[in-house]
Amino acid sequence: MNVNVPPGAIPNTAQPMEWPEGALTRIPYWIYQSPEITALEQQRLFEGPVWNFLCLEAEVRNAGDYRTTFVGSMPVVVARDFDDEIYAFENRCAHRGALICLDQGGRARDFTCVYHAWNYDLKGNLKAVAFEDGVNGKGGMDKTFCRSDHGPRKLRIANFCGLIFGSLSDDVPPIEEYLGDEVAAKIKRVLHKPVTVTGRFTQMLPNNWKLYFENVKDTYHASLLHTFFTTFRINRLSQRGGMVVSPNGGSHASFSFIDKANQENDYAAMGIRSDNEDFALKDPSLLDNADEFGDGCHMQILSVFPNLVLQQIQNALAIRQVLPKGQMQTALNWTTFGFVDDTPEMKMRRLRQNNLAGPAGYVSMEDGAVGGFVQRGVAAAGGERAVVEMGGSGTATQNTRATEASVRGFWKCYRAHMAI
Amino acid sequence: MAGAITLERILALQAAYIRCIDSNALEAWPDFFLDQCLYVITSAENHKAGFEGGIIYADTKGMLIDRVAALRQANVYEKQSYRHILGLPHILRNSGDEAESETPFMVVRIMHDGQSDIFATGLYLDAYRVAGNDLKLSKRLVVCDSSRVDTLMAIPL
Repeated sequence: MNVNVPPGAIPNTAQPMEWPEGALTRIPYWIYQSPEITALEQQRLFEGPVWNFLCLEAEVRNAGDYRTTFVGSMPVVVARDFDDEIYAFENRCAHRGALICLDQGGRARDFTCVYHAWNYDLKGNLKAVAFEDGVNGKGGMDKTFCRSDHGPRKLRIANFCGLIFGSLSDDVPPIEEYLGDEVAAKIKRVLHKPVTVTGRFTQMLPNNWKLYFENVKDTYHASLLHTFFTTFRINRLSQRGGMVVSPNGGSHASFSFIDKANQENDYAAMGIRSDNEDFALKDPSLLDNADEFGDGCHMQILSVFPNLVLQQIQNALAIRQVLPKGQMQTALNWTTFGFVDDTPEMKMRRLRQNNLAGPAGYVSMEDGAVGGFVQRGVAAAGGERAVVEMGGSGTATQNTRATEASVRGFWKCYRAHMAI
Repeated sequence: MAGAITLERILALQAAYIRCIDSNALEAWPDFFLDQCLYVITSAENHKAGFEGGIIYADTKGMLIDRVAALRQANVYEKQSYRHILGLPHILRNSGDEAESETPFMVVRIMHDGQSDIFATGLYLDAYRVAGNDLKLSKRLVVCDSSRVDTLMAIPL
């Protein structure tokens, strides 16, 4: 076998990292693979003019309550101080960079780094340096050392309907403008009264974070991949519904209304796998839906760029926080919740309906794996591209879910932030 | 009387339960439970916090049957199997016709390509009752040590 290749026949340059023709309808696969992109995302996107979801206000309800979380890869502490305001700061000691706070949450009067006992208040201000004046007149910090010149980076906070967002940018628009009127209204619709957390789980996804965020925005796949929905006519494309996309493209809400009159058998006609007429629930109490928002909308999936998903699947309510863990892994933090004034019947309904979502969710478990299928599928295809043309090439709000408009919206917003 | 609950009967139930799941005989899995039962997969953190919900929540045997039906007919996931390794049940209470125990478990998940990983460890917090001649679970709380799930949880624990 002759393995001699003429000089120049095989290009030996790296894949060019240029966005392909087609603007938003072609997604190059290197965007999911490149460590350089992951590093750029941290600087330009997560630490840029965006609102990162941090936690629920209900999780820092009282003075001294705190949670630790992340802005991209940056560890962050969120705390409610004794002035009743919520603060967030980088979880990094100003001295040597160790984590200031090691727990996921709790209650504290202040924080002391375990390494050299530098002490911070709940706003992230450096309050005390151990042995600052030395010991027995020896050592200690220089007299010119000023504690207020040192401290972890602080985040701006926005509280929208009890969702706590943080930003490192002074240029980020106000949260209402960032969300846009339509998405903001869809958040208000769900988070209209005090919530209570009912559980927390983390699902580790074997794929780049963007593949999950696109999946959430992809209304086209829902009734094709998730057969549990279609089988019980919870999410047929023929149902009344639609989606809204925020002006910046990055946030969206998709929704559907039960339409019992509309029973045409479009899936069966197309011979698509996801229709299974033999499937019936032994205990249909799972699908005992209460129209708790009084508008007939039984499902609303909403995303806020770059890392929040607000889920209403019937009465199963959850926050999903999307956090990158390197370019090939994503932590999906599920926080299930109900309302403080839930009746025992509603609590039970939510306990049962939470089977629909989460890592073992009847209608969401596939989403935990499908991003990995893409990541594995494109392993050698950094120079190739995805086709995102369903519903045209635009990003505008559409009154159908047979569209990829909000996926294109994501890329519009992403490319603007990343300047690529 | 159909016979009092003994450690031997509890051991036999525990062994049969994991054999059922690990041999992919999931259709028989709901039969380990009473019609009115509680099966919840949760985590130590959530359990300690008093959260009643879980990754899987079923309060009737019918819901367990539905879980199997969904896995067989509706849900999409790569071929995989579990290998449960159990520790010894610690009997917390035994009145003869009702009992409670705590049993540590470890589950290795074997993917179709051969990749094997420790998928979950934790405790089964069980309550038993005698029904006819059989010992059944009236409650199984699967309290995983970790709140983290890799990729997805298809097969029950």
